[in-house]
Amino acid sequence: MAKHVNLERRRQAIYGWLLLSPAAVLLTTFAFYPSLATLWTSLFSRETRRRPSEFVGVENYSDLFADPTFWTVVQNNLIYAAATIPISMAIALAMALWANSKIPARGFVRTAYFTPTVLPMIAAANLWLFFYTPGLGVLDQIGSLFGLPSVNWLGQPETALWAVIIVTIWKEAGFFMIFYLAALQTIPEDLKEAADIEGASRWTYTRRIVLPLLMPTTLFILVNALINSVKLIDHLFILTKGGPNDASKLILYYIWEMAFAFFDAPQAAAMTILVLAVLGIVAGIKFTILDKRTHYQ
Amino acid sequence: MSVLLRHLESFGALLLAVIWISPLLFAFWAAFHATTDAVNFNLTAPWTLENFRTAWDGAPWLRYFLNTFMLVTVILIGQFIVTTLAGFAFAQVRFPGRDIVFILVLMQLFILPEVLIVENYVMVSRLGLFDTILGVGMPYMASAFGIFLMRQAFKGVPIELHEAARIEGCGWFGILWRVYVPLARPTYLAYALVSVSTHWNNFLWPLIVTNSPDTRPLTVGLSIFGAPENGVDISIISAATMMSVAPLLVAFLVFQRQFVQAFLRAGIK
Repeated sequence: MAKHVNLERRRQAIYGWLLLSPAAVLLTTFAFYPSLATLWTSLFSRETRRRPSEFVGVENYSDLFADPTFWTVVQNNLIYAAATIPISMAIALAMALWANSKIPARGFVRTAYFTPTVLPMIAAANLWLFFYTPGLGVLDQIGSLFGLPSVNWLGQPETALWAVIIVTIWKEAGFFMIFYLAALQTIPEDLKEAADIEGASRWTYTRRIVLPLLMPTTLFILVNALINSVKLIDHLFILTKGGPNDASKLILYYIWEMAFAFFDAPQAAAMTILVLAVLGIVAGIKFTILDKRTHYQ
Repeated sequence: MSVLLRHLESFGALLLAVIWISPLLFAFWAAFHATTDAVNFNLTAPWTLENFRTAWDGAPWLRYFLNTFMLVTVILIGQFIVTTLAGFAFAQVRFPGRDIVFILVLMQLFILPEVLIVENYVMVSRLGLFDTILGVGMPYMASAFGIFLMRQAFKGVPIELHEAARIEGCGWFGILWRVYVPLARPTYLAYALVSVSTHWNNFLWPLIVTNSPDTRPLTVGLSIFGAPENGVDISIISAATMMSVAPLLVAFLVFQRQFVQAFLRAGIK
């Protein structure tokens, strides 16, 4: 009997690993190995025709820290995150509350909010180009109605990053709305009735009951928004190419530029490792603190 | 007071909706008008298909459409196979090391393929897959998100069905194929919608891995077509943009409910 159980257990182990093998091979090839390879590359010098690549320790990192463009890019990305995350989340919440309440043309409203989500970032950038173009663009035309001068939104350092941020918010908010909307629909009706009987205003109900119940969703969206603030850079290729003067350059775009325009793989690798470290910290926080704290349903 | 507030809120909701949809509406309108009319907001100008004609002749769009279509299909098939097998292993098979491996898989949610572009480019070139559709698709096939989704779906299947199938003489594969896969159909549909819309829209990785019109997907083709140095004017860019988003956008408007549900299902579980 014991032998039989043992055999069954071994069989299960073999099946398990067999079933897992395609995923394991692919994940190793395209996620785990490249991560380690990136770390490895970041410790070697750049290979040139005259000099082969050699081990340089943390030199690539110290070069990076000495590079003023790197700090500009980091600062840009921090602004990008600090602006897109809270604003798109707040708009998403407002959208969800509205799309969930009894308003006229609710179907249209929901569709309008969600539609940007199904567009490619490249297409979104093209649409917004029509708004931002100096002189001819929609924004300038509206501005000229009020006698405002023409502004080169994408061409001047003060506004380029913000123009990019607005496109990201436009693209993201409807996506996040969906998660809030789903969470709102799981809130039982009796809570609303109880609040009505107690004479609580709608505002009190929203603030004291709805928002706390949305907490897990908010944290879920927050993690997604954090990841997006690294990932969403496609529109830079159309709108600004990181310019003018690096004013709208974000980290992932800089990594791309470093590797595929300047052909400096070790520098790109060093930067990639730093991004992975940040994402690792986000993952750590998500899996340890948030997952334990937020399960109160 | 509260009635006034309610009206104000409805107005706000509608205003936001109009603002949100306006970039798309403007581009749609501009795509059907001559450039000079579009930039002057000449609302009475005649409608024209000329921009579409010019845009269509300006790039091998049919090829791009085909490439994107093949790309999302290849990715979807790969994902279905890989995530079904792995999801089943995590949900229903007991083997040593399962939990540790599962945590490793979840880590991949944070090791974004987008961030690893440099080394993945080296890897894809080494495998001889540079400038192939398979090369664009492969890094996405073992999606941790998909594995997680399938695991959740398979965990919800009653064990009695599993036992019954086994007593009837079904092997592991038979049980998976005849019991689990059919019962997880809604999850597959949801996952398919999310996957197709993600990869239809993906840009950075295909930009790096493709190098010819024979493999280039729509997004990359569109970015090259619309590049400012090509000096294409705004109405034509709008027409090209409308063309490349049309299939997904129309599908979304028709199957809106399913789309939204798919994103919900994918996000919440």
